[in-house]
Amino acid sequence: MPGVVHVQTTINGNPTDFLCEPRQSLLEVLRDVLGMTGTKEGCNDGNCGACTVVFDGRIVTSCLVLGVEAQGKEITTIEGVASPEGLHPVQQAFLENAALQCGICTPGFIVATKALLEQEPDADEGRIRHWLAGNLCRCTGYDKIVRAVLDAETKLNA
Amino acid sequence: MEAIEYTTPKTLAEAVQAMADKGDRARALAGGTDLLVQLRGGRRSADLIVDVKDVPELNQISYDAQDGLTIGAAAPCYQIYQDPAVAANYPGLVDSASLIGSIQIQGRASLGGNLCNSAPSADAIPVMIALGAVANIAGPNGTRQVAVEDFCTGPGRNVLESGEVLVSVTMPAPQANSGASYLRFIPRNEMDIAVAGVGSSVVLDASGQNFVSARISLASVAPTPVFCREAGASLSGKAVSDEAVEAAAQLAMADAVPINDMRGTVRQRIHLVGVLTRRTLNIAIQRARGEE
Repeated sequence: MPGVVHVQTTINGNPTDFLCEPRQSLLEVLRDVLGMTGTKEGCNDGNCGACTVVFDGRIVTSCLVLGVEAQGKEITTIEGVASPEGLHPVQQAFLENAALQCGICTPGFIVATKALLEQEPDADEGRIRHWLAGNLCRCTGYDKIVRAVLDAETKLNA
Repeated sequence: MEAIEYTTPKTLAEAVQAMADKGDRARALAGGTDLLVQLRGGRRSADLIVDVKDVPELNQISYDAQDGLTIGAAAPCYQIYQDPAVAANYPGLVDSASLIGSIQIQGRASLGGNLCNSAPSADAIPVMIALGAVANIAGPNGTRQVAVEDFCTGPGRNVLESGEVLVSVTMPAPQANSGASYLRFIPRNEMDIAVAGVGSSVVLDASGQNFVSARISLASVAPTPVFCREAGASLSGKAVSDEAVEAAAQLAMADAVPINDMRGTVRQRIHLVGVLTRRTLNIAIQRARGEE
């Protein structure tokens, strides 16, 4: 029987150790082993983007990463987006633009949006919609989300 | 997902050893965007996951004007389309790598994985076939090379023997006045599986007015990706014209043997092969002429 594996990683800047079975996804580890439930499970097969995290500098769906693959990696989750001083401008813009209803997809959208705006601070609406195509929202119809991203972009560039 | 063991070989020899030890019960893990879904859904089972991402040969992206481009089987899509040499010399490959899945999926999924998953709808395989790519395979009995058009043998099946690993894919250096392109049809803008897809490459003469050679390959219209040998060969030596392109498109349509399913009908798919063959040939011609 395969046993548990000791994994050493960095999550939101904090060195983190955990034990997991090789079959467990990073999403399962975050939520069930580490109690970091900000990252949401939607489809669990890579389609919906609710479980988006930054994994060594790229956004990925954490349901399609094994927990054991986190060894030696740098991970940022939704819990690492706000600072002690307050919400990140992307979070603030989602609030102010009412870019969420049920909220399950929101952590994934925020992590993906922050990654986009860090990489492409002048992304236009077409690029934003393309980048966020891997994040599904069944409530908002997306327009308010796109408006929030454009608003956050304006504020970040001000 | 059932209980499973996990190993991270650091060398190709260790990876082959790990695969050979477990035989059919071992699976190589690159991006996991197909494998983990299949293991979780019970469509595949394994006792050992061999994570090949620490093996240098499986992560390289190396280009030189003599030997062409070698892409490690585990190199993720974003590294491929962000690579300046790939972008400059293989825009057809960029077409494929940048439309697979979402940005999240492109952060993990590899062209090697797309090939080994051997889906008839694989978006990266037709353009690799059009570019004349060769799969470099390592196994317990040494290494071998297989042309990408001969790699897939059925839906989810391929020539890899028990214990073998796909190491990389090599594409020849682009000839002068050459270009390639991949397009697929999906009913949405993003995040869907091809109803039909076509990859084309052309080599023109110095005037840009005549075909020297061409290669065309199809996705989602047969149990495996299809290499349309005759359609490509029909263009050799012909003047570039709508008639020649149309004749090649008709030959490509004759090679399509699709099924009716939830994504499309036989008639629609064959029609799409014609449309996409014309479009990809015309884009490839423009690229060969340096017009794009």
